Amino acid sequence: MTDVRVAGVGLTRFGSHPDRAGRDLFATAALRAFEDAGVAREDVEALNYGNFMGALAEHQGHQAPLMAEAAGVRCPATRYESACASAGVAVREAVRTVRAGDADVVLAGGMERMTNLPTDEVTEGLAIAADDLFEVRAGVTFPGAYALMARAYFEAYGGGARGPRARRREEPRERGSERVRPVPPGGVRRRGARRAAGRGAAAPLRRLSDHGRRERLVLVSEEYATAHDLDAPVAVTGVGQRTDRLALADRAHLARTPAADDAADAAYAAAGVEAADVDVAEVHDCFTIAEVLAVESLGLADRGEGIAAARDGLTTADGDLPVNLSGGLKAKGHPVGATGGSQIAELTRILRGDHPNSEHVADAEVGVAHNAGGTVASAVVHVLEVAE
Amino acid sequence: MTDRNGEATENVDATEDDADAEDDPRTAGYDEWLDAIEAGDGYALVCPSGHGSLPPRRVCPECGSTTLAREPLSDAGTVETFTVVHVPSPQFADDAPYVTAVVDAGPTRVTGVVRSDDRGGRNG
Repeated sequence: MTDVRVAGVGLTRFGSHPDRAGRDLFATAALRAFEDAGVAREDVEALNYGNFMGALAEHQGHQAPLMAEAAGVRCPATRYESACASAGVAVREAVRTVRAGDADVVLAGGMERMTNLPTDEVTEGLAIAADDLFEVRAGVTFPGAYALMARAYFEAYGGGARGPRARRREEPRERGSERVRPVPPGGVRRRGARRAAGRGAAAPLRRLSDHGRRERLVLVSEEYATAHDLDAPVAVTGVGQRTDRLALADRAHLARTPAADDAADAAYAAAGVEAADVDVAEVHDCFTIAEVLAVESLGLADRGEGIAAARDGLTTADGDLPVNLSGGLKAKGHPVGATGGSQIAELTRILRGDHPNSEHVADAEVGVAHNAGGTVASAVVHVLEVAE
Repeated sequence: MTDRNGEATENVDATEDDADAEDDPRTAGYDEWLDAIEAGDGYALVCPSGHGSLPPRRVCPECGSTTLAREPLSDAGTVETFTVVHVPSPQFADDAPYVTAVVDAGPTRVTGVVRSDDRGGRNG
């Protein structure tokens, strides 16, 4: 079984791109990934593409062939859809394909456009990641679902909305050349959001975040990297994916994310590492409570302690275990079907030492990426390590 | 609601049962269940191992049993968590802000909108 290396990564800027179609954004990210990787595009043997709501946002189904031609690759191309875990699942399948010896080079990633839709349509689009009959028709929105989890967590373990969010006010982070701005008291006001200042989409949550972005990775076999003398020091050493019941109400725990617990266990076991070995993490903090649940599922904080991890400094940039040096989903944006790939792209750069925030983890050797779909009915975890 | 006296269990083929009664196949089984809730006869599907789930369903999602019997939901469930939704999807545009809750209703949990003018939850 071959080792899998991340040969190169490419990202487009987070934010609103009203004048650019998905195919154009994806092509830009692919060009950057090929340039970073030093891999010839004709060597690509598969395209794994993550996207959740393109049929709604761009009225475009069957996007994988479109993105293959946009990226200039001729190979089997497949779209993966697992809500907000779409790109993470696409990358996992790419890792498995290379590891199985079915391909030496796979292009993997995702694209999502969201800000071109009005808030109510995005709300509806995101909500369809929940159970239509038993959640959406019962008034559950995406923020609403996480609010249900947040309240359940507070009931079980204490804490409240004044928990980890304090971190981002106090510690703005760098991402690329853009400064990640601290969140003002009362939260970020989104264009078109019909709510009073300081009041969020769904109590007890306080603010809503959505953005657009696309990212690409070039994954290669160790043999290919050696044969082509690639500078690809970061290996994907473990992957894990688990599925839970779709509706939150049907889960074993309302205040935990069991699928992520199991996905993390599987990824750690595959990599031969333990939670204690992790030096840096990118986690799926689509809402603040999601980071709390994620660090507990990854074993980076004990049950009920995740709420205090950021406040206590454990997971801040200068803490023992920095979480989301990329800024995280709420700070940088969450283009749902692309997010899982962007986490691995940024974690690769963090571990390579060429990320703007690499300095916080100069000696990091083991990184973990946690990507969740819906209310964590889907969870995918990747372990990345610096090889040699 | 299935009468649980006498024959304790009855195989429920919700999808086929409801396809005749409802116009929209996407909500077959669900519409019937909603009607039962409104009539005060809410039920869950329960397998011999005691796993509760909601219709339409052919297989117990926990253990794969195809023997699913209707058992009544409790009249007064316990609210396990709730949220006040201020930014709704379009279909709830006229309702916001509203409360959505997850209620432990005996055989299974139920997610529903809580109205101020009724004592229980409403799903849908």
